[in-house]
Amino acid sequence: MTASDDLTFTLNGRAVRVSVPPMRRLSQVLREDLRLKGTKVGCDAGDCGACTVLIDGRAVCACLTPAAQVEGRDVRTVEGLVNGTLNRLQQAFLHYGAAQCGICTPGMLLAATTLLERDPAPSEAAVQDALGGVLCRCTGYRKIIEAVLNAHRFPAEAQGKAAAALVGARVPRVDGGGKVTGSEAFGDDLAPSDALWLKLIRAPHASARFTIAPLAQLLARYPGIVRVLTAADVPGANEHGVIPAFRDQPVFAVEHVRFAGEAIAAIIGDETTVAGFDVADFPVRWETLPPLADMDAATQAAAPLLHHDRPGNILTGGFVRRGDIEAAFANAAATVEGRFETSFVEHAYIEPEAGFARRNGDTLELFVSTQTPHMDRDETARILALPPEKVRLVPTACGGGFGGKLDMAVQPYLAIAAWLLDRPVRSAYTRPESMASTTKRHPGRMHVRLAANDEGLLQAIDFAGDFDTGAYSSWGPTVATRVPIHCSGPYAVGSVLAQTRAILTNNAPSGAFRGFGTPQAAFATESLIDALADRLGIDRLEFRLKNALRAGDRTATGQLLTASVGMADCLVALQAPWQAARAAAQAHNAGNGITRRGVGVACMWYGCGNTALPNPSTMRVAVTAEGRVVLYQGAVDIGQGSSTVLAQICAETLGLPLDVLTLVGADTSLTPDAGKTSASRQTFVSGRAIFAAATDLRRQILRLANAGERARLELTGTTLSFVDGADVRQVDLARLPADVNGIVLSAEATFDPPTSPLDADGQGVPYATYAFGAQMAEVLVDCELGTVQVLKVAAAHDVGRAVNPALVEGQIEGGIAQGIGMALMEEYIPGRNTNLHDYLIPTVGDVPPIATFLIEDPEPLGPYGAKGVGEPAMIATPAAILNAIRDATGVTITRVPATPDRVRAAIAAARARGAKASDVQG
Amino acid sequence: MAAPYLRPTSIAAALQHLADGPRLIVAGCTDVFPAHVGKMVVEPVLDLTRIRDARGIREESDHWRIGALTTWADVAEATLPPAFHALQSAARQIGGVQIQNAGTLGGNLCNASPAADGVPALLILDAEVELCALTGTRRLTLAEFILGNRQTALRSNEILTAIRVPKTACGGRATFLKLGARAYQVISIVMVAARLEVAADGNVAAAAIAVGACSPVARRLPALEAALIGTPGAGDRLRAIVRPEHLHPLAPITDVRATADYRREAALILVRRALSSFGAGAP
Repeated sequence: MTASDDLTFTLNGRAVRVSVPPMRRLSQVLREDLRLKGTKVGCDAGDCGACTVLIDGRAVCACLTPAAQVEGRDVRTVEGLVNGTLNRLQQAFLHYGAAQCGICTPGMLLAATTLLERDPAPSEAAVQDALGGVLCRCTGYRKIIEAVLNAHRFPAEAQGKAAAALVGARVPRVDGGGKVTGSEAFGDDLAPSDALWLKLIRAPHASARFTIAPLAQLLARYPGIVRVLTAADVPGANEHGVIPAFRDQPVFAVEHVRFAGEAIAAIIGDETTVAGFDVADFPVRWETLPPLADMDAATQAAAPLLHHDRPGNILTGGFVRRGDIEAAFANAAATVEGRFETSFVEHAYIEPEAGFARRNGDTLELFVSTQTPHMDRDETARILALPPEKVRLVPTACGGGFGGKLDMAVQPYLAIAAWLLDRPVRSAYTRPESMASTTKRHPGRMHVRLAANDEGLLQAIDFAGDFDTGAYSSWGPTVATRVPIHCSGPYAVGSVLAQTRAILTNNAPSGAFRGFGTPQAAFATESLIDALADRLGIDRLEFRLKNALRAGDRTATGQLLTASVGMADCLVALQAPWQAARAAAQAHNAGNGITRRGVGVACMWYGCGNTALPNPSTMRVAVTAEGRVVLYQGAVDIGQGSSTVLAQICAETLGLPLDVLTLVGADTSLTPDAGKTSASRQTFVSGRAIFAAATDLRRQILRLANAGERARLELTGTTLSFVDGADVRQVDLARLPADVNGIVLSAEATFDPPTSPLDADGQGVPYATYAFGAQMAEVLVDCELGTVQVLKVAAAHDVGRAVNPALVEGQIEGGIAQGIGMALMEEYIPGRNTNLHDYLIPTVGDVPPIATFLIEDPEPLGPYGAKGVGEPAMIATPAAILNAIRDATGVTITRVPATPDRVRAAIAAARARGAKASDVQG
Repeated sequence: MAAPYLRPTSIAAALQHLADGPRLIVAGCTDVFPAHVGKMVVEPVLDLTRIRDARGIREESDHWRIGALTTWADVAEATLPPAFHALQSAARQIGGVQIQNAGTLGGNLCNASPAADGVPALLILDAEVELCALTGTRRLTLAEFILGNRQTALRSNEILTAIRVPKTACGGRATFLKLGARAYQVISIVMVAARLEVAADGNVAAAAIAVGACSPVARRLPALEAALIGTPGAGDRLRAIVRPEHLHPLAPITDVRATADYRREAALILVRRALSSFGAGAP
């Protein structure tokens, strides 16, 4: 037990007194003792800056500040920025879309505040210096920089103004207010103060057998432990998985662990006991086994099986065959071939997995940060042996997901504990736990051949890829399936042979991460596209344009594309920037210095929604007798802005302003299933569902007054007016018969994008629509040190229709930032870099200016023509950067990340081979 | 039982506490808390941050005195001779501003990370540390103080109270180059600090070069320094003198940031670039 001392300091202008242990982190004092949850915790190590507060006017990390050190000092937190109204900086953040998920926003705001108080109109360099210590994983930083630079242009006090509802407008996010004031509640922000704390006991070994000794001694030593949970305590199935047919992951391991970080037990108790618990005290005996550390080890004939029903440690495979590739290669004018390798990539959302659970009679309620409430509900119910409706899942605000929060983390443990103890139980993963135990991007090892004819038309692709899927299946089957469909890129290729394998190893499970394997495949294919264009003497961009998929073409799966194929338009948009960038690079390189500039372009396409599987979303919208329009929407906004986009579509369709809408959800007890926030599907699928529901509701509304289609609606109080020229009719909603919830009219609609199953050759219609894009990166390579600086990125994306261009740009900029990370610095090494100082993600200084070109080739099935952009935003980026490095140096890097040591080694090896490191003219 | 946490206001009081038993000595806590992720600090703590006269930079007759509690931000914002510019540049590149506002020079030295950005910049200033105990005060050079990866000569009854930079090492100009895999908040792959004094005749009169993150403790390169003396102080000429064998004191390792080979090569390049940056021999 640590003794507490009285502590007095000034907090946001008011004197506070609190009794806490002197070495308690200030972040904990603020969050737990003073219940001010606006200060966020992302790492507890000073790496992410989310907990930035101001002490005597200076920015520090609250997680690195002992409580005792603030005695008598002046502390300011995000809660202190608001003084009745949003300040200039907060308004600017909202206006520019500088907050996406919002978890880094308080830290960003405070870091910027110290700068702006010294210099209200700072330079961009000063802004970057001020924000360099705060990591953001969503925005790509550009909009944050813009907001800080322009904050001084905003009025001192926010003026209320009604937001335009129109589809196509840059509406500030509907959930933005809470993000810039720090009042938005994330996974670790909601637990009641009497909640018990839960901590998992995890395997330190990648492969081991274990025995847990009797717990009596442990319980005697830690009287504050109220319960220990192990596999024996799971009421229902001790297994879960995101794909029912592949469910293979235990909640608690039984006798045997398959990766370092796997949970074997949980302890539950008061905060002091749990926080002070030394995991070395947990009575477990380990018998380590040699781990299958990589795909080579796992596929050796003598390798032990991770799962007895997966021979050869092959989880599953994917296959697409079309045309006759051997004939195509035999008759080709030019062929190229290469082997490429990618690494584990960590999602590194700034919010670690967190939540709390409580039992409410015969129902278990779970409040967690997740991307997929209904799937979590159903899996949790199975684990508790309850019917699904006896589990209520309420997603909290999600501080970044990117696919990583599609798998369960804290959910089953909290659920079991709260169910058995009938007390609220909370947990938040530490950063090392989050990194060790949750899913990663699949490392890929790919062998690719391409063939073209003498007119420069692609004829064939032969793609073989192995993906390290880790110890459990997670989304491995999805990656194995998606990659063969997409690996030929957005090009018309007559003959395709694409084969993938998901290989089980003793690593953390690989799962869903922005693109489901397609960024890895694009890196390989797009590198070879450059090589092929060079071989044929065709400009690299023009080569892509020549081969771009167009309406009327068939895809690798034989699907006939009929509309919304904006690939060529994307490339055309980049033609002028491409020429300018090529010229600038050439001018720089004429200087023959140590640094060389290069320009790279890469294309992407991406099927929106589940692959050849049902994928419905249901939305409901209602009018109340009180004169509100309530949108019951179960789509989780993980920062990408789906709540805003869905509200815009709803308001536009109803013909009512945005501010009459009340958003309810997501909450599995209140909102219908909108499906998961993944596969870039919410705008397209849920957007179409809300469009259909709102269309129905508008018809019902018009019928109230027998008004015509063209009637303009106005809602004032409970009076609904129908204005059609001089004809004005009115209905008092309060006089209409209402149901028990006060609802007078409602409509519900479901949209399930039309797809068809794939046949044995992978032929069929896997997706109802595809997003297309092309990105161009300009880089500066230090040829001695091997460092690469991205100078500029231009991105052209066919989004069908940009429902909210500011949010679309936000997705693109954020995707590019993650692409820069994957290309240049991100490599998770199991067990070695489970923190955010050894595992690097881009900082504010690593993301260059980004020019976005929005191409709107409408998708007939989409709401107002819209389709997805979340994942498409990052798929082409690593490929474009690697192609730019090749353009600059003449060296093809075949493994990402292209860290300085790898780039330098590749340049040195090329020089040693006598390769001419000079311009490869396109 | 020892009081779990003490925060004295003087060095004398702090030393008295230490005499009663060993304690975890803390200041900015930027290394202590990262070492306690998911754990509580349970050791008895001696927090030095209330000792006001151990913070700040002062010019004395024959040396500059940097209090151990001086933060990186204090260093960056101070007005100091050009010989300190490497130290000031390092101060601006350590972590983000949050770390610079809390982290102290004394803590950086006592933590003894091979990648401590402050060490090369202090090595080229011939910095010494002042170690106080109730039994007396001793002064050690940095090389004597930092013994290895996370190992120092600090005794359990001692406190590092100040860093002293002799004025004999305050001549000339200095530069600092840091190589990391991203723009901010990055642990160095290699860093180089260099200080050069050019005499009136345009030739190098004194040189100090140190390389960090390429050996358990950052190292000076005495053979190179000797080779530089007397040569014309122009960047290109200086650069040409550097030979791979001058990096002999380094013993880089492979870790998550880079390979050992790369570190050796990058150190050579950065040393050359640091010397080139001294330009056309302006004193």
